[in-house]
Amino acid sequence: MAGIELLSDQGYRLDGRKATELRKVQARLGVFAQADGSAYLEQGNTKVLAVVYGPHEMRGSRSRTLHDRAVINCQYSMATFSTAERKRRPHGDRKSTEMSLHLKQTFEAAVMTQLFPRSQIDIYVKILQSDGGNYSVCVNAATLAVIDAGIPMRDYVCACTVGFVDETPLADLCYAEESGGVSSLALALLPRGGQIALVQMDARLHQDHLEALIEAATTACKGVSKVLDEVVRQHLQEASVLTGE
Amino acid sequence: MKETPLSNCERDFLLRAIEEKKRLDGRQTYDYRKLKITFGTDYGCCFVDLGQTRVMAQVSCELVAPKENRPTEGILFFNIELSPMASPSFEQGRQSELSVKLNRQLERCLRNSKCIDTESLCVVSGEKVWQVRVDVHTLNNDGNLMDAASVAAITALCHFRRPDVAIQGEEVTVFSPEERDPIPLSVYHMPISVSFAFFQQGTFLLVDPCEREERVMDGLLMIAMNKHREICSIQSSGGIMLLKDQVMRCSKIASVKVSEITELISQALLNDKAARKAGGKCGFAESMPQDRITALKMDQTDVEMTNVSQTGSGVILQGDEAPPPTVPSPVVPVPGVGQVGQGLQSWGLEEEEEDDDDEEEESSGDDQVEEVTQIKLSEKDKKEAVVEISDSEEEEVEVDKLN
Repeated sequence: MAGIELLSDQGYRLDGRKATELRKVQARLGVFAQADGSAYLEQGNTKVLAVVYGPHEMRGSRSRTLHDRAVINCQYSMATFSTAERKRRPHGDRKSTEMSLHLKQTFEAAVMTQLFPRSQIDIYVKILQSDGGNYSVCVNAATLAVIDAGIPMRDYVCACTVGFVDETPLADLCYAEESGGVSSLALALLPRGGQIALVQMDARLHQDHLEALIEAATTACKGVSKVLDEVVRQHLQEASVLTGE
Repeated sequence: MKETPLSNCERDFLLRAIEEKKRLDGRQTYDYRKLKITFGTDYGCCFVDLGQTRVMAQVSCELVAPKENRPTEGILFFNIELSPMASPSFEQGRQSELSVKLNRQLERCLRNSKCIDTESLCVVSGEKVWQVRVDVHTLNNDGNLMDAASVAAITALCHFRRPDVAIQGEEVTVFSPEERDPIPLSVYHMPISVSFAFFQQGTFLLVDPCEREERVMDGLLMIAMNKHREICSIQSSGGIMLLKDQVMRCSKIASVKVSEITELISQALLNDKAARKAGGKCGFAESMPQDRITALKMDQTDVEMTNVSQTGSGVILQGDEAPPPTVPSPVVPVPGVGQVGQGLQSWGLEEEEEDDDDEEEESSGDDQVEEVTQIKLSEKDKKEAVVEISDSEEEEVEVDKLN
């Protein structure tokens, strides 16, 4: 959309944030009693629900069992009311399948699957309201859900989508910024080692700006990891108070 | 049909070779296979051979109503078909993971980067626009379908000519190719994808993996760029963890490769244009190898010969050190039994079998003679040896004998 200024002269974005500011993150673990692990995460206006089942025996095709590690099965779907126009096909279309594959790939790198041979871990992610950075918020929510399920991971998996406007990297894009034809980079990071679990970029970006963009994404992910860590510790504290420890 | 699983020894062989910086076909780490581009008779049909990987792209167009939120833009539609012709593991019609992955990568590489001017495809705003459809068919899978498909798709789009239209008020007339020359699409830039395969948790990387290398790789990084050094798409897949430096290094390698490939594509397009102008025969049938003896000649593979003579003479020297092979004298464990040669077994006739057996099987022909004398000595020493508990069947026989 031409004419909409994504970054004003004073350095403010459409929603009043500065270039490196993340959106407000609110999260809650253990929303469902039925599932092994669940989490609800809001990042700005993007709201995601993640549920984890497992590790449990392989269901469905037994032939896909791996003898030395667990299989991670992800499903990404969007609620029909999540976007501005009602979504006709919430799951099973190409974009959702691609997202599910990316989530699977991200968590295969982070979860210690060698501890659970011949079993399956299911991660279901549902977007309740989509306002940009879908993949990143899903990864963050799924991390919390996996932690809630008590499945060991190498590190928090934090993700963030950054864009490049006017020679400046913008952290944590919202929908208006994403659809404005801005080059966006989604990065899933394990903060302690700085290892990248997934990198995905669309739209044209000159090679010289790539390093700056990845740097900005890494910093943003580290910021997200601090918030997630805070949420987990608070949840543990609440839980221990309730059990009287 | 399920893919034949890769045997462990083949996997180990490939990984060891990669550690020693050797590839199956003798390429260097950053080398591409031979890329060959040919065109079909129609405009918009293109065949790409990347080594043995073969894909075909066909572009077609039709007039449709535009999308509601984009009334002035044409529509680009991409489709990669993984046909069972390419590999027995591809199933017709089934949307497998690989198919989804390739389709989405091609879409993101070509559509999001806006390589085609979609506004020029508009005929009547809000009512009629051109829908350009690119179908890529995989004909043979020998690894790295993504790169071949991206080269095929963009070359076919550059080669394609759409029919000319004339608008008179509300009436739209589409001219056939005989009436008016068809018009090429306006291509802004040519995004080409370059694939990097990672091995041993990211320690080794290879450009343009062949099918075997793809089977043993840990993960893949796909970078799509154009010759102006603009990155059009980056996608990492597989469960590998990368570092920022690796991504930066790959992007630098990719820019070099992309400029080479773009050169090749432009050259191929020029050649085809000249051929068509000269009125010569063009098309798939022409580009197929003819019925001659040299038609199926394999491309030369470079084999490293620098150290061959040195290592060869070293091997011969080692061989010379061993004494000339003589016929070993026969072993007579007990009266009535004679054995000669390697791998002598005692068949439960001795008390000390296991150690002797191992020794015998490992010894070479020239040591046989000394071995035999040693065994005879040890027998005498260990007549009252304690029976060791082991899994050997011969041992059980011995126990029975003692009892």
